[in-house]
Amino acid sequence: MRTFKRSYWSVPYLIFMLMFVVMPLVMIAIYSFTDASGSFTLANFKRFFTTPEDLHTFAYSIEVALITTVLCLLLGYPAAWILSNAKLNRSKVTVMLFILPMWINMLIRTLATVALFDFLRLPLGEGALIFGMVYNFLPFMIYPIYNTLEKMDKSYIEAAQDLGASPAKVFTKVTVPLSIHGVLSGILMVFMPTISTFAISELLTLNKVKLLGTTIQENINNGMWNYGSTIALIMLLIIGVTTLFSDSEDKRDNESGGLI
Amino acid sequence: MANDIIIDIEHISKSFDGVQVLKDINLKIREGEFVTLLGPSGCGKTTMLRMLAGFAKPDEGQILMEGKDITDVPPYRRPLNTVFQKYALFPHLDVYDNIAFGLKLQKVPSDEIDRRVRKALKMVTMTDYEERDVDSLSGGQQQRVAIARAIVNQPKVLLLDEPLAALDLKMRKDMQMELKEMHRELGITFIYVTHDQEEALTLSDTIVVMNEGVIQQIGTPEDIYNEPANSFVADFIGESNILNGIIPSDNHVQFIYHDFECVDKGFAPDEHVDVVVRPEDIYIFSNNLDKAQFTGTVQSCIFKGVHNEMIVLTKEGYEIMVQDYNAFAPGTEVGMLIRPDDIHVMHKECLCNSFEAEYVSDHKLRFLDAEWEVAGNDEAIASLSHGDKVKIEVNFADVDLMDQQEDGNISGHISFILYKGNHYFLTVKTDGGEKIYVQTDDVWDKSDLVGVSIKPESIRILKTEQK
Repeated sequence: MRTFKRSYWSVPYLIFMLMFVVMPLVMIAIYSFTDASGSFTLANFKRFFTTPEDLHTFAYSIEVALITTVLCLLLGYPAAWILSNAKLNRSKVTVMLFILPMWINMLIRTLATVALFDFLRLPLGEGALIFGMVYNFLPFMIYPIYNTLEKMDKSYIEAAQDLGASPAKVFTKVTVPLSIHGVLSGILMVFMPTISTFAISELLTLNKVKLLGTTIQENINNGMWNYGSTIALIMLLIIGVTTLFSDSEDKRDNESGGLI
Repeated sequence: MANDIIIDIEHISKSFDGVQVLKDINLKIREGEFVTLLGPSGCGKTTMLRMLAGFAKPDEGQILMEGKDITDVPPYRRPLNTVFQKYALFPHLDVYDNIAFGLKLQKVPSDEIDRRVRKALKMVTMTDYEERDVDSLSGGQQQRVAIARAIVNQPKVLLLDEPLAALDLKMRKDMQMELKEMHRELGITFIYVTHDQEEALTLSDTIVVMNEGVIQQIGTPEDIYNEPANSFVADFIGESNILNGIIPSDNHVQFIYHDFECVDKGFAPDEHVDVVVRPEDIYIFSNNLDKAQFTGTVQSCIFKGVHNEMIVLTKEGYEIMVQDYNAFAPGTEVGMLIRPDDIHVMHKECLCNSFEAEYVSDHKLRFLDAEWEVAGNDEAIASLSHGDKVKIEVNFADVDLMDQQEDGNISGHISFILYKGNHYFLTVKTDGGEKIYVQTDDVWDKSDLVGVSIKPESIRILKTEQK
């Protein structure tokens, strides 16, 4: 009887990955480098880098993503620190409350945000967009930072105090450097999706503000598969570069980091 | 003498979640002294050290350092440094920056930092390790860096929390010698926490033996070893034979059914005492048995390297531990002698269990948070009515222990075991936190959960106080 190798178990996953991860990526790449008739061309790239409107959208998307990430970090770090501090927070329920919005679909949450802005008679637009982005992605910043802070050995803090560090110095010299992996994970988890989002910007700005995700969606909706794919590929490269960057930072000790 | 006191601990008490871990601790530590807090896990020694470092606050009492109250001073303003049990070296800094951490905070000029870090590294024989990542160091090396990081700040007092616990035996012995040498060289006060009695005896000028949040004895290693204050200390420090004895008159003691001469005086006539004899202090021989004070048969003989450890069963049925260079095979008839100054006599903490009780009714008494049936004591009971307070006594041997907690009237766990040569003397801690002493022939282990019952006729009612 032939033995059933354990690696055979991976076959279904392999097929799944091929169909839903590798194939689409290959398709995007093929579409990017071809024109509507299917012949090889670099015209799509040329078009992107020579269309001021699209370049502007591209720069603007990165700007929005950066602003969102910075705001999430500024709001998320103190929140994570308070949540992980046993003296300030004694229950896991508060942690739950921060994570709870993630249980609800992002579109529903955003529609609710629109309704809330309506109710408060606040104008939709750029401000609403940033609010919606931060609101949606804040948990993705808090959670990895909370995780690293929570797992951090408290004896480091005691050792720093023992060596003469005031609470402020303990924070800047020990807590922050030791939680840097969580911060990097958080930045990645916020920056990656915000750069490509389009539903939030559509709903919260009444389609007035265009982000890169919107441009891709419009092109594909209008049958411009090749150009849409090109922008998607460029975006993927940008995200890929940020991932590589934080990966190399993460190598020193990867057991203490942790994406969710 | 009073002037060189650097740390003065006065009436310190501390509870965690209703459990008292330190009870009215008083301790004076002299400048330059090597003091060891010694005791089993959970005795409160680490809590004491954390209080000195400032990581825990006492519920009551105060800590004075050089005459100043530092009880409420935060850890970062205390002129002492700690070597942590698990080293707690900062993983994001290299060896140099770990050691320089405290100096940089004090804004010491960088050339002086450099000089002092190098000197500290030299002291712990870790020169040339400045650039190393702390994760790449062995346990022993990390330990050395942790010590260097503490002493580089030139603290007046160095606190060490079981610093050698994670090292293997050989390394531990080497480090002990190095620590002792370092203490001599630095001339500062070391306060050392350990559960290892041998380490405490090797290193310390003064040993503070602790158990259940109470200081049992303070003394030099010689004092603690030769003159233990009570049976806990005698049992915890080194090997010992602890036996029940009676003092008929000064310089005489009776135990294991024999009379011995001793050097202890000042006991009440016929006082019941605990007698401690160290196994290495018993002379053992197999010729001229008529010269022996008492005789017995060797039960077992184990080679321990330096000596042989033998268990001898005396004619009267006591098991005595003897250590000697000579080995006597099991079955050999041997004679034994003990010199008068090798016999150490201690007062007993109590002779029987005594409790405060309240009369309920119908031959029922309430004590230890439960109701107990009483028999006999007819005269006393006749005079009692509901709510009267009485004093009662129960002999150690009259307390019965059960395997199943629910079989007893109350439940508890074994907190301390003493072998008295032919029986065990146990301390049972009830769930309510009270202590019951039990004499038994049965073998129990520490922390065993037990049910406790007392026969109605074994409860003696002593004094009665009408309501």
